[in-house]
Amino acid sequence: MEIKVLGPGCPNCTALEVLVKKAVQELGIEARIEKVTDVKDIMRYAMSTPGLVINGKLRHSGKPLPNLDKVKDLIRADL
Amino acid sequence: MLKTFSELVTFSVLKLEHGCRLADALNFFIYDTLKIFLLLSIIIFVVSIVRSYFPPEKTRKLLAHKKELIGNVLAALLGVVTPFCSCSAVPLFIGFVEAGVPLGVTFSFLISSPMVNEIAVVLLFGMFGWEVTALYIGTGLVVAIIGGLTIGKLKLEKWVEQYVYAFQSGGRYEIVEQSFTDRLRYARDNTRDILRRIWLYIIIAIGIGGFIHGYVPQDFLVNYAGPKNPFAVPIAVLLGVPLYANAAGVVPIVYALVGKGLSMGTVLAFMMAVTALSLPEMIILRKVLKTPLLGVFAGIMTATIITVGYLFNALL
Repeated sequence: MEIKVLGPGCPNCTALEVLVKKAVQELGIEARIEKVTDVKDIMRYAMSTPGLVINGKLRHSGKPLPNLDKVKDLIRADL
Repeated sequence: MLKTFSELVTFSVLKLEHGCRLADALNFFIYDTLKIFLLLSIIIFVVSIVRSYFPPEKTRKLLAHKKELIGNVLAALLGVVTPFCSCSAVPLFIGFVEAGVPLGVTFSFLISSPMVNEIAVVLLFGMFGWEVTALYIGTGLVVAIIGGLTIGKLKLEKWVEQYVYAFQSGGRYEIVEQSFTDRLRYARDNTRDILRRIWLYIIIAIGIGGFIHGYVPQDFLVNYAGPKNPFAVPIAVLLGVPLYANAAGVVPIVYALVGKGLSMGTVLAFMMAVTALSLPEMIILRKVLKTPLLGVFAGIMTATIITVGYLFNALL
């Protein structure tokens, strides 16, 4: 599974990255987590950050952030 | 009911005497703290739900190819309800331009968004009442509309970085649909996060307010930036431009300044300068805007806010 966290590096984006790592760990799955910080790369998927891309599909975009359970649900849906 | 509770705590539980300064200050403090936190919780929750229906992608679609003026008014209003994290300013700017939102209209959005928001509204309402709040919202929108209109009229597209216009996302951005339960949960989490972030500022603000209420100190500040000084407004605005804080951080300062005898217009202009213009935002926007355009933006904003400050002082 490939997960991308989109964001130029503000507190919200960092918070989402932490959540995703925690979710992956708790679900006990194999996943490659990548942080996308370049604006042009971000904008291939979304206009509002932070964004969450799972297997190439945008699953969350913008504020407010999803909580841990929601992130787990989103990941599970793509397993 | 809140009043009864704070009186009960002050006079019955702590057994302070009526009319004593400490008792008055404490009574005021408890009452105000409860009132403001109750208001904040309710309004942030409701606004969070409303905001979930206005993602930036939808706002972009609404503003695309809008005529000037109508576009600016709409952008200023949407700036109030569209949630966006300040670090999204760059992708948002590129996305707006790509969709054909005129430059001036984009600016109206970027100006109103940080300046007029639910936290500012609740805090102003809780501390100064609805007249001041309505005045702040109204003029905040006017500042955003005029600022954007002026930038649009000046035709400054040449000072936007080239790659912005060359950018093609190759499609529309999808909006991730949410269920109503999702929206409610986001709203609850958001309310909790915001309160967690700002509660200390608010307690401090109310504490200062309660103190002034009970003791009313005289202060020399009034001599320098008080109602008698005709340059009070520009001084306050120029002081506010390099400072940056969100609404929650600046309202306590505002409250203290009013308590020390500064005119409301001077103080509201200061608040607008602090929230609408900030160095970190300028640095972020430098990625898409050339320095002259940033300078023009800062200049127009400063001038408009100073005018508004004088207008406030004349009216109030």
